[in-house]
Amino acid sequence: METLNFEYKATQRLTRRSHVGVVGSGDLEVLIEPSNQSTSHVRVRTSVDGYAQIWKAVLDRFFARFEPAAHVEINDFGATPGTVTLRLEQAAEGVRS
Amino acid sequence: MSLRAPVSSRGRTWFEALAENALPINTGLGSLLVADPTWEGERVRLLVIVPDPQNHFPRARHGELGLEEGWALAHHVRDAIAADSSSPKRAIVAIVDVQSQAYGRLEALLGIHLSLAAAADAYATARTAGHPVVALIVGTALSGGLLAHGDQGHRLLALGAPGVIVHAMRKASAARITRRTVEELDELGKTVIPMAYDIRQFAKLGLLHELIAGIDADAPSAAQIAKVKERIAAAITDIRSNPGDLTSRLDNAEAKVTRAASIEVRRRLAEQWNAP
Amino acid sequence: MTSTIHSDNPITKERRDRFLSRQSVIEMRARERARALLDPGSFREVLNPFDRLEFPWLPLQGIVPESDDGVVVARGQFAGKPAVIMAIEGAFQGGGMGEVSATKIAAALALARRDWESSRPILPVLLLETGGVRLQEANLGEAVVAEIHAEIIALRRHTPVIGVITGMIGCFGGMSIAAGLCSYLVVLPQARLELNGPEVIEQEAGIDELNAGDKHLIWSLMGGEQRYETGFVDALVEDDVKALRQAVQALAERGVRSRHRSEMVEEYRRRLATIDPAAPPDGPALRRMWPREVKS
Repeated sequence: METLNFEYKATQRLTRRSHVGVVGSGDLEVLIEPSNQSTSHVRVRTSVDGYAQIWKAVLDRFFARFEPAAHVEINDFGATPGTVTLRLEQAAEGVRS
Repeated sequence: MSLRAPVSSRGRTWFEALAENALPINTGLGSLLVADPTWEGERVRLLVIVPDPQNHFPRARHGELGLEEGWALAHHVRDAIAADSSSPKRAIVAIVDVQSQAYGRLEALLGIHLSLAAAADAYATARTAGHPVVALIVGTALSGGLLAHGDQGHRLLALGAPGVIVHAMRKASAARITRRTVEELDELGKTVIPMAYDIRQFAKLGLLHELIAGIDADAPSAAQIAKVKERIAAAITDIRSNPGDLTSRLDNAEAKVTRAASIEVRRRLAEQWNAP
Repeated sequence: MTSTIHSDNPITKERRDRFLSRQSVIEMRARERARALLDPGSFREVLNPFDRLEFPWLPLQGIVPESDDGVVVARGQFAGKPAVIMAIEGAFQGGGMGEVSATKIAAALALARRDWESSRPILPVLLLETGGVRLQEANLGEAVVAEIHAEIIALRRHTPVIGVITGMIGCFGGMSIAAGLCSYLVVLPQARLELNGPEVIEQEAGIDELNAGDKHLIWSLMGGEQRYETGFVDALVEDDVKALRQAVQALAERGVRSRHRSEMVEEYRRRLATIDPAAPPDGPALRRMWPREVKS
């Protein structure tokens, strides 16, 4: 298991929190919570070691489109980048709606 | 009844030692021994599962808790409850040396899950009816075997001796399923306490009322038998004044450390139970 | 010549509409199942993912935890009355019971009992999707499953404790004992209920005893329909939320059971005595020998 931490600019204030997914094989869960801090913090716990760069790329892209002031937790059990992006979008949808 | 000498087992050894002069009840099963000794005026019903190579069901011939054993345990525990309904409630002592539950096609078909549920139910019913229920682990206490025969008691006692093992699965199988070697599992047991096979690690979980040291589990001396009997009797006395239930196992120094998560979950769930 | 074969015969239309409106429970995750079972809008999760529970044992072994540890406890209304759903998430660690997940269930059952003791009725429903105890927490998982057993036995005096097994994981291990202690059980045909998983039976007893790959054989021994036809469960429903709700409601309305299956010792000893292990019945044969109703 690897724990990765990322920081992003926190712009958009959130009023809701959101949780999607399950930590099943090839899947992940994402929790997004409003944060008051000046930067958004993302903690990724993943069962597959050695993919820090891919995580960064996926998260960079996600945060470029949507800059929440959030605390984000990801518990991953070997999801593909596509599935990670999907879950992130679902979670984002959850805080927007 | 078999004419051959019964297969020895720790369960049988301790049953015979603790039953003293009491004659075993005819349970109809070579794999279930029940007797009602009286210890210093205290009536006790002893129950133990033992190997029986002549057992009716082939998959339960080596000390496994099978279909017939589960229902028979339930029968004999409920018998004691009924017999004592208007009299002092005798103590019930489950001597635990169970290889595992029985594994087989017939066992699956005929509902072994319900057979074990019946045994657990009977012990729990005895406990809540006022019978002191004690489990004494003298050998293997694997998986469904302990859940059905012992876990529903007020107190768990164990001999602190080699070969006294509590676990959810046989080591070889557990190793394969978790994709580790047996050696890795042993190593893991040193830090991941609930995975350890050693009874002394198990004791750190706060689940045992007492770990009785200095006992030869296979060939106890008269003095050692007397000591174990005395410890069980002390547990029975303790239960009569302070029965508690299974959550009492959270109320000790070890549990406060190794089961902090259990305690916390219960506390927080209670806090959130009613809507704010 | 063109013709659209499109029968608006009322019978086929009704069947088609029902088919289209069916909502599969199997395809739902635990949280969704709990929400779907409760009256709309009444779902309130207790100890939700954001409550930041500590998971002492999985990260220690390099295993990624799940925020709810694989159990969802939700309060709400069921058919207009207070209820608590305890739903196991089969996708996380095969629904294996660990210290935290099992404690959530044991504690919820204990609180339900406390409610009853204070004259506050509440209906407990267990959604059992579990391989049994989580091996990575072995002895603690087992110990807390024992607490669940004790709580079911105590609670079912006050209220029916209803177990639901849908599949596809099924209900195995120590939690199959919990199922056996429930007041009533509802299953789908896809469900399996048994103490030992097929793989474990094959491993311990050999492939001749049981071939874990033989699905037809497995379901003929421990599948939902087999369990229903031989009196081990109380209702068999199709994979549809509405059908499941109706079945749970019907069982809840039966009220507290005067004699639970796990108390019917003499009846089952008599049933067992009709079996000759030297000439064992198969699934279909057992249905003739052990009908649905267990005679006193």
